[in-house]
Amino acid sequence: MAHERPNPDELLVRVQAAEAGQRRGKLKIFFGYAAGVGKTFAMLEAARRETGAGVDVVVGYVEPHGRPETEALLAGLEALPPLVVPYRGVTLREFDLDAALKRRAELLLVDELAHTNAEGLRHSKRWQDVEELLAAGINVYTTLNVQHVESLNDVIAQITGVVVRETLPDHVLEAAEEIELIDLTPEELIERLQQGKVYLPNQAERALVSFFQKSNLQALRELSLRQAAHRLRRDVEAARLQSSATAPWATNERLLVCVGPSPTTAKLIRAAKRMATALGAEWLAVAVQTSDRQNRDVQSSLAQHMRLAERLGAETHTLVGETVASAVLEYARQRNVTKIIVGKTAQPWWKRLFFRTVIEQLLDASGDIDVYVITGEGTEGPAPKAGAKTSAVTRMAWRDYLAASAVVAVCGLLGWASHNAKLAEANTVMVFLLGVAFVASRFGRGPSIFAAVASVLVFDFFFVPPELTFAVADAQYLLTFGVMLAIGLTISALTARIRGQLAVARKEERRVAALYRLTKQMSEVTGTDFLLGAAGRQLAEIFAGEVVVFIRDAPGRVDLRFGNETSIARLPINAVVAEWVASHDLVAGAGTDTLPNATAYFVPLIGSQRTIGAVGVRPEDPQWMADPEQRRLLETCASLIALSIERDQSLLEASEAQARVQAEEMRSSLLSSVSHDLRTPLAAIVGASTNLLQADLKADQTQRRGLLQTIADEARRMARLVENLLEITRLEAGGLSLNKQWHVLEEIIGSALGRLKSELARHRVRVELPADLPLLQADGMLLEQAFVNLLENAARYAPAGAEVAIRGRSHGQEVEVIIEDTGPGLPAGSEDRIFEKFYRGPTAGADSRRGVGLGLSICQAIVRAHGGTITARNRPSGGAEFFIRLPRGEGAPAIPLEHAASGSAP
Amino acid sequence: MASPAPMLLLIEDEAPIRAFLRATLHGEGYRLVEAESGELGLKRAAQQPPDLVLLDLGLPDMDGHEVLARLREWLTVPIIILSARDQEKQKVAALDAGADDYLTKPFSAGELLARIRALLRRASSGPGGEETSVFLRGDLKVDLGSRRVVIRGQEVHLTPLEYKLLTTLVRHAGKVLTHRMLLKEVWGPHHTLETHYLRVFMANLRRKVEADPAQPRWLLTEQGVGYRLADD
Repeated sequence: MAHERPNPDELLVRVQAAEAGQRRGKLKIFFGYAAGVGKTFAMLEAARRETGAGVDVVVGYVEPHGRPETEALLAGLEALPPLVVPYRGVTLREFDLDAALKRRAELLLVDELAHTNAEGLRHSKRWQDVEELLAAGINVYTTLNVQHVESLNDVIAQITGVVVRETLPDHVLEAAEEIELIDLTPEELIERLQQGKVYLPNQAERALVSFFQKSNLQALRELSLRQAAHRLRRDVEAARLQSSATAPWATNERLLVCVGPSPTTAKLIRAAKRMATALGAEWLAVAVQTSDRQNRDVQSSLAQHMRLAERLGAETHTLVGETVASAVLEYARQRNVTKIIVGKTAQPWWKRLFFRTVIEQLLDASGDIDVYVITGEGTEGPAPKAGAKTSAVTRMAWRDYLAASAVVAVCGLLGWASHNAKLAEANTVMVFLLGVAFVASRFGRGPSIFAAVASVLVFDFFFVPPELTFAVADAQYLLTFGVMLAIGLTISALTARIRGQLAVARKEERRVAALYRLTKQMSEVTGTDFLLGAAGRQLAEIFAGEVVVFIRDAPGRVDLRFGNETSIARLPINAVVAEWVASHDLVAGAGTDTLPNATAYFVPLIGSQRTIGAVGVRPEDPQWMADPEQRRLLETCASLIALSIERDQSLLEASEAQARVQAEEMRSSLLSSVSHDLRTPLAAIVGASTNLLQADLKADQTQRRGLLQTIADEARRMARLVENLLEITRLEAGGLSLNKQWHVLEEIIGSALGRLKSELARHRVRVELPADLPLLQADGMLLEQAFVNLLENAARYAPAGAEVAIRGRSHGQEVEVIIEDTGPGLPAGSEDRIFEKFYRGPTAGADSRRGVGLGLSICQAIVRAHGGTITARNRPSGGAEFFIRLPRGEGAPAIPLEHAASGSAP
Repeated sequence: MASPAPMLLLIEDEAPIRAFLRATLHGEGYRLVEAESGELGLKRAAQQPPDLVLLDLGLPDMDGHEVLARLREWLTVPIIILSARDQEKQKVAALDAGADDYLTKPFSAGELLARIRALLRRASSGPGGEETSVFLRGDLKVDLGSRRVVIRGQEVHLTPLEYKLLTTLVRHAGKVLTHRMLLKEVWGPHHTLETHYLRVFMANLRRKVEADPAQPRWLLTEQGVGYRLADD
């Protein structure tokens, strides 16, 4: 076997494993070959030593053995109270995972790693609880008996005759940091048993007594020692690798095991696992979808086997191909597989005579790949449920055979007609072959073979002289029969194969089409909610059932974003499961071993940066969940959805970032503008006031007044500037809520004019408002501000003595206000720009009365907030005019009118 | 001066504003007690009851509204609120809670003194006495006894509600009345939210009373707060 230098990828994996080990808690397993060898005792002793060394040790769960020496060791150790679970009238004591996670001990003791939890707990197996503890960084001590190791399961069943149901996936054992073998000779164990020192659960006592025979114990002991030795070898190799990069490297073996529906496959898979472990090789489990694998029972047992392989650490794949052998070999070459393991399946001798078995085909074409054939004799484990379903299938088949018979009968009639018409016998034969082809295309292989045989018989009976007997007068007919049968069978085989491939292709096509549709939808839609909606609907269609999507908006919290009306959403446990799935990046829910109480199968939505949530599916056909292909499709869909949402969110973030940049630019432009506009009046105020302070009190009275006037004017200017800045900030803060009330326009203009009394003192102000102007629904404060800004602008630019006119008119559902001045007008081409922030017009440089160019943009913001428009233009006769159009508002209130005026009565 | 000069209590935390007001008010001959916090203001008011209170709404130690409420528990003298411009709701709340008037910062000395004068005058004339009196300012004459309104020498005919609206303002001339106060007074306690009634009637009243209703001389709008009858 070629030994190679460590390649960088493998080193990386090792480093990652080392890092993961630092973050994860460490698992130590006290490993024995049977109950009573002293695992728990050893664990407690070790725990006491740790406690003595100052480690924070807590007993998570230890079976209440009632043995004095165990009790003595337990005393003084902090223990979590067990979770009491009512179950069918009895109360079960279980390990309390949540309490343990909350307690966060440094080292936690959890007995019996292979234990199966009571129904209703989060995980169905205790080892899953332990996994969660380790993931949370808690170190765990636990105990395990060899007969619970999954890959040894059938070997032990063979040795002891007892099938152990509680099994532990090998990867858990392999992932343990340390394994301590607790050994005791079988003689001593039996002695202890006889002294009553071994704790046995009552219900299992009988079975266990037969289990505790010396021969059994010896065999179990050997297995446990061998397991420990394997482990030791691995550790030694790992140590050697670490110490020197030139040392022999791991083998480059890769195994592939062919998974079929036969009940013996489970054994095959376990054997492959043991072999892979022994070789230190990775292994693949492969199922082949061929034409005749369409039956549901076959699918379901295949799925079970694939799951077993997955549990044992295999990488699983389903292949599609014409024949098993070619598909497997093609895939094996592609993946550089060195050994193929295949079961020896029993086939009838006649079949072997005509068809080459899969094994033979494999051997013929395998080339340099080794092929191991493992006997699959006997049945072990529960065979996939046959019973009721099989009979349904059979009924279906009977109907097909009946139909095939009918077709043959019709062919017979047609043949009779052609026979009577004295046509050549070849025509009759053709009619029968047509019938066979028809049956093959409609009903598959079995009925078509039946039709081929029946056709030959009918032809013989009715058309071959002597007619109405099976006897044949002319021997050459035997050749005709032979050829007819051969053609019939060939047609049936070919047609059935095409049919099967068609079905496989169709299934594949559906899958691809589903993914394509989903991808298309995801790329067309933007916005998380729309994306989720589209994704949810697509998933519901693809998996024919209910779908929910949960999005994680904060650690520990998920929010239902799709599927509000489904039955999944109604059950609160599903949200809990979704949260668990999203925070652990693992699948859970119905059809899995984790949180199986949920009513849906949950898959995390794992994006490239983080997990964004979970999607739950509840297909109408619960069988669906067992199909690894469907699960994989769902996982593919989930990652597609997660990436789409992530992409969408990053787009959103990008546009937000852009907005921030713009806001930043705006802010700096504001700052430069504001600092200038604030400094100018400040300089004037400081200058004038210091002048006043220093000046001789007898200074010229008019000069003093002038300085004081400057101070007052500049201070007001600053005040206005500050108001404007505050106003624009308020308007732009977004979510400006208008306090809309019904207003009289005249009053708003009146109060605006009132506020500008001093500014407009030197202008002639003319207001023309028709008396029947309708009420206006508006925010009075803001609208007044808009008019103040407009009028102020007019006052600033119109020369003293010029006229400022305000005219109003009703305009359909709008009210229009026109403000005209006779000033110099707007610079040509700036009619739109004047509403931009900080726009001052080209003449502003020389204008000492300018303010920050905010007034008109505030004005525009206010008018727009009211759903109105504002435009400006130069009047033909000189000066500027501004047009404001405001919607009147819906549903003007009626004002109760007073009856006739009654002025100054008594 | 026969009677001692009126005593004003100023509750304001900003020293520059206090300095400005001190100079202005002393210049006009008023006596002034200053407090830089709400707590101190309440104490000073109890020690020496003032004739008028100037209260800043934005105090560091306690809410100006609370100071107002606690002053109003026993104090009947006029209270003027000092506040920033964008606090319309607070102003209205303060006025509805018993403040007599408000000034928006920055305000001029002239404005302040006019308000103080108007409030002190009305306070000294006492309630009840005005019912029979005649309100005469410039060319506006309202005879509350004979229910006659004369403007620029011409008697105008008002509807009962218009008359009630005008006389309500006249009785509090110079002082701002909130929409709620006016609605309650003229339309009754169930119509305090229908400000559009008020606006429509005010527009009609202006057309009868004002020379140019769009640039009123008497019936002034305090946008977002209420109305005031000019008292000068």
